[in-house]
Amino acid sequence: MNELKKKIKLFISEKIDITNLADTDDMFKQGFVNSLFAMELVMFVENEIGVKVENKDLMLDNFRSVCAIEKFIMSKK
Amino acid sequence: MSIKENDILKKFRSFSENKIAPHASYIDEKQNIPEELLTDLKKSGFLGVLIPKEFGGLELNYIDYGLLNEEIGKVCTTIRSLITVQNMVAVIINRYGDNLQKSKWLPKMASGEAIAAFCLTEPGFGSDAKNIQSGLQAEGKDKFILNGNKKWISFAQIADILLVIARAEEGLCCIIVEKKTVGIEITPINDMLGARGCLLGEIRFNNCKIPQSHLVGNLGFGLFPVAFTGLDIGRYSIAWGCVGMAETCLDISKKYSKTRKQFDLQIFNHQLVKRILTDMAVELKAARLLCLNAGSFLENKSRDSFAEVLSAKYFASKMVRFVTARAVELHGASGLKKGNPVERFFRDAKIMQTIEGSDQMMQLMISRYL
Ligand SMILES: Cc1cc2nc3c(=O)[nH]c(=O)nc-3n(C[C@H](O)[C@H](O)[C@H](O)COP(=O)(O)OP(=O)(O)OC[C@H]3O[C@@H](n4cnc5c(N)ncnc54)[C@H](O)[C@@H]3O)c2cc1C
Repeated sequence: MNELKKKIKLFISEKIDITNLADTDDMFKQGFVNSLFAMELVMFVENEIGVKVENKDLMLDNFRSVCAIEKFIMSKK
Repeated sequence: MSIKENDILKKFRSFSENKIAPHASYIDEKQNIPEELLTDLKKSGFLGVLIPKEFGGLELNYIDYGLLNEEIGKVCTTIRSLITVQNMVAVIINRYGDNLQKSKWLPKMASGEAIAAFCLTEPGFGSDAKNIQSGLQAEGKDKFILNGNKKWISFAQIADILLVIARAEEGLCCIIVEKKTVGIEITPINDMLGARGCLLGEIRFNNCKIPQSHLVGNLGFGLFPVAFTGLDIGRYSIAWGCVGMAETCLDISKKYSKTRKQFDLQIFNHQLVKRILTDMAVELKAARLLCLNAGSFLENKSRDSFAEVLSAKYFASKMVRFVTARAVELHGASGLKKGNPVERFFRDAKIMQTIEGSDQMMQLMISRYL
């Protein structure tokens, strides 16, 4: 697993009480996360990964799964 | 933590003591802000303290912003709230607004030409903000039609721009609505227990046409993270305001207890009174430390800042209810009489329990981090 994915998974595991979240699981649809998570996720991506989340990036498709977050971050790097 | 007193804070303290404090009791009694004070405030530049310098603001850091709220909390809850709401809305526009929105509104908000209101709560939905019903319907390519009711909105009576959270097909959205928009009806709400100068209002939006370019942040993200970015700052401001209120009440109570005599002793020298004053002082210190802690998390842009701000707001708003109640108690009958600042702060303190999230909402949110 690459470093970025590890970081993302670590962040999510701190926030969600679930053991086997698959990288493609839609966390929002499956109700694993509540909405405060959206706030923290944006802060995590901006301040710990160093990628600015622009207005146009605020789309669930960028945040719904581990893979989606990773893809979004890679597209900004 | 050592805090450096800077020139802006010194200037603000003097402004607060000389220009705001003399009006505090009038504002409470008349439920209004004197025009003269509003003009002074606008001229002072203290309305848009968090707005970046490039837009004419003071661009304070979060610790200094907290200390400023503490100063103003010491004298007047209404003016603290005015600065709080103005900066909540400014922070949202600065973070999630586009360049056009920023360059149009932030300079006006910094100069006070535009007073802002934050419109989330509705008659049927307070704590349950996620379920608000005000609706935005797309019309054509470039407009929305806004319908719905907002209630308990601070400064609705004087605001020039309303930041409204409403529901579109895609989910909740945040949109800037100019007060002059056709179809807006504002009914003043008066006679609140405390924070009585906040010029509250109920707002009805009747088929208001709003340009789609006024949308702040993407469709569907209006509450989280957009509006919550402002609520975070609102809670932080309130927490510091509570510290300021408690400081004044402790100060007045110490002085009073050293002049008032009963049983041939200054009441300060009765052991049970010492205990009350000690508890007031220690609770206050603890709240102030939580505020400083939250401020440094905000300043470091830590994702845990959200949780730290919640703790500070929860604790400080409980602390201020305790401290103001003890202050009233120590003053005997004279603490229960209008005109005594501790009586006003006691009423204002009760408001802090409900606004920007009630005790129970704080408990529920903080428990997520346990
Ligand atoms: C002076 C003042 C200024 C204000 N300014 C603004 C403003 O500028 N903008 C704005 O949008 N709003 C504003 N408000 C509204 C404020 O945000 C709401 O009053 C607050 O969110 C609570 O909502 P409510 O009054 O509908 O109470 P409710 O949500 O109906 O709550 C009533 C009680 O039920 C409890 N409760 C609710 N849900 C739960 C639960 N799940 N578990 C346990 N207990 C629960 C609450 O804690 C509370 O004790 C202002 C209010 C005041 C008093």
